[in-house]
Amino acid sequence: MADIAVPHGLAEAYEPSLFGTYSKKIGMWLFLLSDTLTFGALLFAYSYGRISNPQWPTPFHAESILNATVMTGCLLSSSLTMVLAVLAARRGDRSWTRNWILLTMLFGTAFIVLHAMEWSKLIAEGMTPFKNPWAAGVPQFGGTFFTLTGMHMLHVTIGVIYLGVVALRKKWLPILLLLWLVAWWFTPAENVFHVGVHVLLLGTVVAGMVLFLKPKDYDAHDVEIAGLYWHFVDLVWMFIFPLVYLMSTRVTG
Amino acid sequence: MSTVAAHHDESKSQYFWVWAVLLLLTAVEVVLAYRQVFQPVQMLEALMTLSVIKSALIIGYFMHLKYEVRPMKWVLMTAVIACLCFMCIFFADAFRIVELGVR
Repeated sequence: MADIAVPHGLAEAYEPSLFGTYSKKIGMWLFLLSDTLTFGALLFAYSYGRISNPQWPTPFHAESILNATVMTGCLLSSSLTMVLAVLAARRGDRSWTRNWILLTMLFGTAFIVLHAMEWSKLIAEGMTPFKNPWAAGVPQFGGTFFTLTGMHMLHVTIGVIYLGVVALRKKWLPILLLLWLVAWWFTPAENVFHVGVHVLLLGTVVAGMVLFLKPKDYDAHDVEIAGLYWHFVDLVWMFIFPLVYLMSTRVTG
Repeated sequence: MSTVAAHHDESKSQYFWVWAVLLLLTAVEVVLAYRQVFQPVQMLEALMTLSVIKSALIIGYFMHLKYEVRPMKWVLMTAVIACLCFMCIFFADAFRIVELGVR
């Protein structure tokens, strides 16, 4: 469906879209297509090292696997609530659209918090991007792990901010600012996320610019496009989870 | 918010089914990995097969690619096919290094 209204009688003057849908949706799909290759490169870099190094560390014991499994459950459930939000938006049900999106954001936030706890635990055990305490001969483990999972965590964070903009519009800005302050205040100064939470401040600035420079009532198409982005983030995790966590399980740990 | 009519039959129940199957496949992956059912190479093949099935369900149903027109499907699948081709090249080469060493 076109984004702008075509005056009656002019529709025949235009060729129908090759892809049979509206331009914003094609734009999002093309972005996701490029992002697929970005994540593909990071996944291959990690997996190549994992397969070609028999000494590759296996730091993920039962607790880590349980944590990662719950994180996977959160993302899969968030995809379900997101698709229900898209259905509600198509029906024109504003209230349920907002409710389902807020539930999606809640699952996404749970994922981020669990992931941040996992990172903090690994860092506390002595893992950095340049070395790890389990296999001194495989220094690239930290670098590839943090780059891949950090890039994904950033995508999830951007996704939560994006969904907040669509669901709450300008009301989201003070909430986001409060979340940034709370996260910054309660994260210990020596924790990497004490600096990392400033992504939320940056997100608030960008969301504010979008909301004030181009204020609009987000419609069903916007919800569907936001959903495409969110499902993609879920999709990428379906490969990170087995390649990073399940292939490095410490059974005896 | 404007009402947009879906151009295909959609029911909520199909999404709940897809979600349940995705959770089930995740549980199978965890059991396979934690019980070390296969040797590493077979384990990688099994996990990747399950991941491709899960991603097909997400792309097809949650992202609604199943309902898009044929040119859209083909253009978007190029990235997926490229990634799968790279996977076959890189993973095979990584196994070669393990068996033959670096020359």
